[in-house]
Amino acid sequence: MKINSLDPRIERAQLDSESQQGMNTPMDQFQTYEVFEQKKRGTHHIHVGSVHAPNAELAAVFAKEQYSRRGQCVNIWVAPTTSIYATAYEDADIFETTPSKYHRDPESYKVMDRIQAYKQKQNA
Amino acid sequence: MEMTERHVMGLIELLYKMADDQLIIGHRNSEWTGLGPILEEDIAFSSMAQDKIGQSLALFELLHELGEQDPDTVAFTRNAEQFHCCQLVEAPIGEFNFSIVRQYLFDQAEALRFEMLMASVYEPLAMVSRKFRGEIKYHVMHGKTWIKQLAEGNEESHQRMQEALNEVWPLALGIFEEGDYEKEISEVNIFAGEAALKSRWMETVVPFLESCGLNIPQSDAVTGGRHGQHSPYLQPLLDEMCEVFRIDPNAEW
Repeated sequence: MKINSLDPRIERAQLDSESQQGMNTPMDQFQTYEVFEQKKRGTHHIHVGSVHAPNAELAAVFAKEQYSRRGQCVNIWVAPTTSIYATAYEDADIFETTPSKYHRDPESYKVMDRIQAYKQKQNA
Repeated sequence: MEMTERHVMGLIELLYKMADDQLIIGHRNSEWTGLGPILEEDIAFSSMAQDKIGQSLALFELLHELGEQDPDTVAFTRNAEQFHCCQLVEAPIGEFNFSIVRQYLFDQAEALRFEMLMASVYEPLAMVSRKFRGEIKYHVMHGKTWIKQLAEGNEESHQRMQEALNEVWPLALGIFEEGDYEKEISEVNIFAGEAALKSRWMETVVPFLESCGLNIPQSDAVTGGRHGQHSPYLQPLLDEMCEVFRIDPNAEW
């Protein structure tokens, strides 16, 4: 059966609902690894993207060229994407703080933001 | 020991073969751009090819300081018989197995050569060797990781690695073809020489390849490149590489 779509690309491709084209079948691609880059010793590793690779060693080899080719980097972590557990966006409300609990916010430490901002600027 | 004219000629010969190797392998490996087995490898291989061109430029600049012509002229106006590269770097990219085995065997030799040159009495060359140490270390890591992965992959990938090794090995041995000034450059500690480099290389690559379950071929070196005798693949490569330059050799870039 032909899909009735308003998207001209789909019309041109003449896809039918049985077609497997464009679908990712298992083993069609290598698994992905998430890449974390450390710009300076002692600082946090920061997520910069992902790479396809057959194993962690090659993932690290690829990550070096994909993400740290330009600019400073001292260390890279790679971790299989499947080992990341994430919260659901539908549950984003768990991060909301009710207005009545301001006493829990460390507001008196506001100066820390400025210190952190200054440090980041120095590191950049 | 006093540096004589023959010592300087030995140094120039050494720099030319190193620079020519880097320039030609860099151009060859750039042919993978857009064709790499996966996007990530495409980018990595292309990026390493660019590194090679950069390394050749640094060496051509040293030659220029020694009175040779400027880097562009040297790179783009010579014919095949004026090049000193080994025949290993001239061969077409073939399939990925050939290119990856060549990349590892060549870069491992370069890594060891630069390591030896870090102690060279010719300080500008020692400095260049230190400068590119990290780049070349990564290139070796890249080659080793791929070879291990594919040699230990499945039956087909293992077989294809062995086939590539059989093909590349005699060409790789040609890296160590001796020049005319081996004695001169080693007696004043410019460079310990090709024979010393070859034995270090054998001590490094043989145990690694065997640990991957690959057999070391028994074949003789393909030589001639260091003395201007090249395979039929070099001249067409040069024609293509120099095509734009030759449209207007005096153009300001």
